[in-house]
Amino acid sequence: MPSSADAPVLACRHVSKLYGHGAARFLDGRAAPEEMAAAGVIPAVIDVNLAIGRGETFVIMGLSGSGKSTLVRCLAGLIEPTGGEVLFEGRDLFALPERELIQLRRHRMGMVFQHFALLPHLTVLGNVAFPLDVQGMPKAQREARAREMIELVGLKGREAYFPRELSGGQQQRVGIARSLAADPELWFLDEPFSALDPLIRREMQDELKRLQAILNKTIVFITHDFDEAVRLADRIAIMKDGRLVQVGTAEELILHPASDYVRAFTRDAPRAKILTARAILRTPGPDEAGIAGMVPASTPIAGFAQQVEATDKPFAVVEDGRILGVIDRRAMMDVLVGRDLAGPAEPGP
Amino acid sequence: MSAPALEAAPPLARPRAAALLWPVVGAITALLVLLPTSALPGWMWKLPPSWKLPLAGEVSAFVKWLVDSAALGPLAFIDLTRAIAWVLDWPLALARALLVAGFTTGQGSQAVQWFPPLPWFAVVFLAVALAARVGGWRLALLMGAGLGYLLVFGQWASAMVTLASVLVAAPLAVAGGLMVGIACHRSPRAEKAITPLLDLAQTVPVFAYLVPILVLFGFGPVSAMIATILYALPPMVRIAAAAFRAVPEEVVALARMSGCTRRQFTWKVLVPTARPALMLGVNQVILLTLNMVIIASMIGAGGLGYDVLTALRRLAIGAGIEAGLAITVLAILLDRLAQAMARASERGRHHGARAPRRYWLPVLAVSAALWLAAFLAPPLATFPDSLQLSTAAWWDEWVRWINITFFDTLDAFKNAVLLNLLVPVKRFMLALPWPWVALVAAFAGWRAGGAGLALGALAGVLFIVFVGLWEYAALTLYLCGVSVLVAVTLGVPIGIFASGRERLWRAVEVAIDTLQTLPSFVYLIPIVMLFRVGDFTAMIAIVLYAIAPAIRYTAHGLRGVPAPLVEAGIANGCTRTQLLTRIKLPLALPDMLLGVNQTIMLALSMLVITALVGTRDLGQEVYSALAKADVGRGVVAGLCVAIIAMVADRLISAAALRLKRRLGLS
Repeated sequence: MPSSADAPVLACRHVSKLYGHGAARFLDGRAAPEEMAAAGVIPAVIDVNLAIGRGETFVIMGLSGSGKSTLVRCLAGLIEPTGGEVLFEGRDLFALPERELIQLRRHRMGMVFQHFALLPHLTVLGNVAFPLDVQGMPKAQREARAREMIELVGLKGREAYFPRELSGGQQQRVGIARSLAADPELWFLDEPFSALDPLIRREMQDELKRLQAILNKTIVFITHDFDEAVRLADRIAIMKDGRLVQVGTAEELILHPASDYVRAFTRDAPRAKILTARAILRTPGPDEAGIAGMVPASTPIAGFAQQVEATDKPFAVVEDGRILGVIDRRAMMDVLVGRDLAGPAEPGP
Repeated sequence: MSAPALEAAPPLARPRAAALLWPVVGAITALLVLLPTSALPGWMWKLPPSWKLPLAGEVSAFVKWLVDSAALGPLAFIDLTRAIAWVLDWPLALARALLVAGFTTGQGSQAVQWFPPLPWFAVVFLAVALAARVGGWRLALLMGAGLGYLLVFGQWASAMVTLASVLVAAPLAVAGGLMVGIACHRSPRAEKAITPLLDLAQTVPVFAYLVPILVLFGFGPVSAMIATILYALPPMVRIAAAAFRAVPEEVVALARMSGCTRRQFTWKVLVPTARPALMLGVNQVILLTLNMVIIASMIGAGGLGYDVLTALRRLAIGAGIEAGLAITVLAILLDRLAQAMARASERGRHHGARAPRRYWLPVLAVSAALWLAAFLAPPLATFPDSLQLSTAAWWDEWVRWINITFFDTLDAFKNAVLLNLLVPVKRFMLALPWPWVALVAAFAGWRAGGAGLALGALAGVLFIVFVGLWEYAALTLYLCGVSVLVAVTLGVPIGIFASGRERLWRAVEVAIDTLQTLPSFVYLIPIVMLFRVGDFTAMIAIVLYAIAPAIRYTAHGLRGVPAPLVEAGIANGCTRTQLLTRIKLPLALPDMLLGVNQTIMLALSMLVITALVGTRDLGQEVYSALAKADVGRGVVAGLCVAIIAMVADRLISAAALRLKRRLGLS
């Protein structure tokens, strides 16, 4: 996983966005929601701190109304926060002169939208070439580049179609191709697949993973779907009522949820695919009998469940040739069922 | 258990008190009307002259000052208006030269035509070729038939005069409206400043601003065009502003994320994305421009409008109807053409536009050859008389026959309505003391929209009273009120009946669309022929003109009731009647109120036009001010009409909104 601690590409410090008259006086974040409501102030984002590293896929997750859409618009420089600052490579976005901000958006940021935001009067080719047209790139050059992008997302042959003639999944492919046309480093995806059918959504998630493997962008991805977050994220930030509740890898969120809210989200997550051997290992007891075999520390449980299940003996967890600990059938089952983590298992029927 | 019960009591009690409010108001009103006039001081009906504000005189003096001596440095105000007129005259002169007068040198009677205008066959050829290109053979056929009507019925010359001014005025109004719309979108402050001006421009009767235009720009086609543009521009601004507002937030975000500058955003994203909605504005501008044709001819537009106007004055029904229909034909042709052009430009880009040059070069070459033919052989350019025909005599004959055969019936009908409806309402309105009306208006404003609306309504009524036009306003309210009442009593049942029957509804829609595209003057002609001049004739014309929204909004509201609610009703065992009265009508009520609102607006605008058939209200005041070029009187009376319209509009809109909220529909 790329490190996010040193030299974050994008960071925000104490970012708050409050709507309403005189919202600034609630910036310290100490006021109760009721007080703000009484003053007619609606808090969308409250005191958010984040640092996103280069090449990282960072997912912001929350239910509708949690403020995730507002937060991503603050990060992209579309909405000026009421308080706090957003730093792109250490420079405050909202302190930049308009001209520089425009240059930044033209060349270094791309965005994909939930409802695609395709321009109805342009063809697929025109839509994908649009950001380049805005930059002032000559027609032949921008269309060549747009054709490349269209091919990249698998829409070759549809260049002359209008958006309304495409299916939802195809439209979002156009949206993705367009957001990549200017070859940005920072890629915002605002619930890009939420408007699609479940099967198509799955397909598009795989497509995104394929693209990311080729392109290696810094991604800020918004979703309300924890499964989607798990499939794509290096790290996940969970939002509730405008605040960040917890930031961490999927594994961390499942094993150490910061609150019941996070626990509720992670309860139905596909643990066998997320949790690795490292997460469930224990130090071997003194009277431990022989070892049945070895599993690498970074393998998800699903990768070794069958072997472990087949025997009573524990398996050694190894990394770089060292033994970190052991796992056995019981520990594995405890984790998969969630017994240790969520307290006593729910009463059966 | 007792606490919730106690809390529940006030909300139950309030509606009961509220239900009593309006009957009490009604009772007091009745008392005041029945009271002998001597019981109250006379100024409550007729303001003593010394109380009046001399606003009309001041407005006249101001405009006189503008024309005579206002100057900004060395530049006199009148020079400015002349400059505007001069700039606008260029495109108009070109269009008129092409279509009407040909290219001439010299002035007035010395003018020598050195090249003729486009002959009729060249115009027909070009128009049909254009129609075929953008709209296929159907549109070409429509175009051919429409232009054929103009030729065969002898309307060609006048139609070209009208067309020339429309071809200049409509694009200018569209472009101007678009620009103002963009300004509103860019700056909320501009929008705040412009919105009340739009309200005013759309409610002041056209006649009222004809007068200042006449004084500032003189009599002639340019003045007429300025009036037309002013008339057609506000709806375009509104539609453009609404269209821009409806552009999805994501598309705006996309434009910013792509790094659009403000200009790129406007022209590459905003306007193209909003284009389908903007085309509605183009449609409105074309219809309004042609609606204005007759009124504009009062200040020198000439053409078809002038023909209708003279026919109306001569009571020549046949000629009036033929010229009126010619205006409608032009409106339909231009509208369809504009819509098809918008669609074609989209299609063209899709299929890689088949070389437009290969189409247009031959077409233009043929047109030029035809034009040259007309130059070489001038007699060719006139459409042969032997092919012309007119139904005027037939119409005249028909109306005469009706008048002779049904005179007694028609007269009895007219008298019955006059005696039983119009006269009592008129007496009632005139018997109302204005302080009470002001109070009721303020009260209604307060109930519907709070203190602001109450103050506005009160101020409006007081303005009318203190400029000394209360009596005229009362007569306006009477004629407008009766007409709206009739229009709603007829329109709502029609809307209810038609809403559930698909084919009938389509037929009704065509009928009301036609009613609305016909220039309003055209209605007057047959009605005047049947019932002669007077309030009754005015009322029928107003009802015909204003009934469309009552029908349309009722049907629209009923058809818009969410299907699950109707299904729930059926599932609960509602009969058809119960379904209508318990579910559909209550839910459609807010929409129906908006329909009533529109009906009132249309009624007021038609009311002014019915001044031509001798009504005695604010409309007459505006119209006679036009005849005498009395700027102040016309403007003040026009403002009064606008005030009535705005107060009615705000009251009903506020009530509809409140109702909508209560039903959870907004």
